[in-house]
Amino acid sequence: MKDVKPKGGLNAEIQSRIGHQLRAMYDDVVRQGVPDRFAELIRKLDGAEAQAQIAGDSGKNEGGE
Amino acid sequence: MPLTDSLRDDILASVPSLRAFAISLSGNGDRADDLVQETLLRALANIDSFQVGSNLPAWLFTILRNLFRSDYRKRRREVEDADGSYAKTLKTQPAQNAHLEFEEFRAALEKLPQDQREALILVGASGFSYEDAATICGCAVGTIKSRVNRARSKLSALLYVDGAEDFGPDDTVRAVIGGSGG
Repeated sequence: MKDVKPKGGLNAEIQSRIGHQLRAMYDDVVRQGVPDRFAELIRKLDGAEAQAQIAGDSGKNEGGE
Repeated sequence: MPLTDSLRDDILASVPSLRAFAISLSGNGDRADDLVQETLLRALANIDSFQVGSNLPAWLFTILRNLFRSDYRKRRREVEDADGSYAKTLKTQPAQNAHLEFEEFRAALEKLPQDQREALILVGASGFSYEDAATICGCAVGTIKSRVNRARSKLSALLYVDGAEDFGPDDTVRAVIGGSGG
């Protein structure tokens, strides 16, 4: 039970552990892939439609079909 | 450039990491998906300003980050549920021990100042270079480096210095020191 106090640089093992946890957390979401709502959105819209949508109902919550 | 099919595919391919970035920033799954949706709409609406051959993920991340920033200023952490809403967004719940460790890590990450958290995520998880991260955050490369370093020191202090017994030399040594095993 001794203190792990980094002096000059950080303990390399701690660093690699932080890096590992950070990526594990992140990759867990990445592995979920592309939810349907986003795939639909991108397939349906082109630039002009997207502009209209931002202007038209920013903030409004439309359920879609 | 115009929205070609291949550009559409590339944008779609960036969605998973945009979501991961949004969730890491906001700590809230629902809000993160709204952020991603808004980012996609903005990107599609402004696709003409995207330069052929430039870094599409960096461009999309910049949009998302700026949206989050303006949203964040408005909301000022009004929706911080400490109660693991992040974990609820995950499909598979980690096993109990891993789950605790995970929650602890997530809580520590949320304690970091905004600037440091985003720098650490971009470099340490999204895999951007320091240069790209600097472009995304609109600051100097040196600034990103120092934010990442400070983020790492702070996380290590929060997670491992106080609870150093969780992170002893190794189990064998601990067993010798502690005598009885648990």
